[in-house]
Amino acid sequence: MFEDYLNLAVKAIFIENMALTFFLGMCSFLAVSKKVETAVGLGLAVIFVLTVTVPANNLIQTYLLNEGALAWISPEFAGVDLTFLNLLCFIGTIAAMVQLVEMTTDRFFPALHATLGIFLPLIAVNCAILGGSLFMVERDYDFGESVVFGLGNGIGWFLAVVALASIRERLRYSNVPHGLRGLGMTFVITGLMAFGFMAFGGIQL
Amino acid sequence: MAVKKSEAALDPLFNNNPIALQVLGICSALAVTTKMETSVVMCAAVIAVLTLSNLTISLLRHQIPNSIRIIVQLTVIASLVIVTDQILKAYVFEISKQLSVFVGLIITNCIIMGRAEAFAMQNPPSLAILDGIGNGIGYSAILMVTAFLRELFGSGKLYGYTVMPTVSEGGWYLPNGLMLLSPAAFFIIGGLIWALRVYKPAQVEMDG
Repeated sequence: MFEDYLNLAVKAIFIENMALTFFLGMCSFLAVSKKVETAVGLGLAVIFVLTVTVPANNLIQTYLLNEGALAWISPEFAGVDLTFLNLLCFIGTIAAMVQLVEMTTDRFFPALHATLGIFLPLIAVNCAILGGSLFMVERDYDFGESVVFGLGNGIGWFLAVVALASIRERLRYSNVPHGLRGLGMTFVITGLMAFGFMAFGGIQL
Repeated sequence: MAVKKSEAALDPLFNNNPIALQVLGICSALAVTTKMETSVVMCAAVIAVLTLSNLTISLLRHQIPNSIRIIVQLTVIASLVIVTDQILKAYVFEISKQLSVFVGLIITNCIIMGRAEAFAMQNPPSLAILDGIGNGIGYSAILMVTAFLRELFGSGKLYGYTVMPTVSEGGWYLPNGLMLLSPAAFFIIGGLIWALRVYKPAQVEMDG
């Protein structure tokens, strides 16, 4: 049991890294990786939101949307299949969760809010978050697995964005061809990082 | 607004390309480009959703209260994406299986949100449609070039038809497996951006 979870976590963090293998959350990945400090802030917010929303959406999928899932209300609903509504429900959950997280941190952890505050609204439209939930549905994870999967994906994304930001900070001292400066160079670096992460491929615990 | 119709449609192609300059919508752009067939479907889906969402939001722009506009925009986009997803599942089921979660991810494709927020909220419907089509085509252009290169060199095929027979099938071309893996997509887009900026030096970022 524990081994399965560990295996899933390693897979989510390294082998199937959200940012570097599935290209999810790329927009903010490229835009917010100019400084390590901001990258850490955004990365932490992503870990947090993914760990909350993937299990939440798992519950919604199992108890509200799947075919026959509504049978717990009354047997009449046993034939209802609402899976086509999952996109709308997931994005709603994510937007609501992000809002909730923002209000909670603002009220109880002002210091944390000051660091994460500006990134939280950005996260509602980060593809890594919605992608996490959609992969969870596609691969039929149960509740426990979805907690591990959400957390693992968050950590993987965090590692990738912090690593990219560190490289970009160093890059300021190098003489990059003019046309390649900024976005172009960032793409090439991300490609090289993806290479690095491919070395983890095939690892099984 | 002083935006001309031709500008609204043509600017996003080279001058203000959503991927190369605005850094929007990269997420889905890279994952579906190993084959041209999937990219064509993806591009069509994005153009359709982008145009319709721009139109809808532009029509509603005087009714949407400012404080909840993000949620309204997301709902409009999510509904359009659900319709697109169902249509794809009905008519091109095989390809929709290959695209897996990436159709759903059109919702969080920043191009669509970005254009809704930046353009459709301020401009009349006719311009918003043109802007949607223009940005959709600008996005598709980069996607198609990337897919063309990746499929041609990665598997010796174009749109599923063999162009360069591979060694494993008795031909002469030894496929470059790297092209089918994720890093290649980054290198190709990086290269495309470089090429575009050599052609349009005004887009160079000197401080990066």
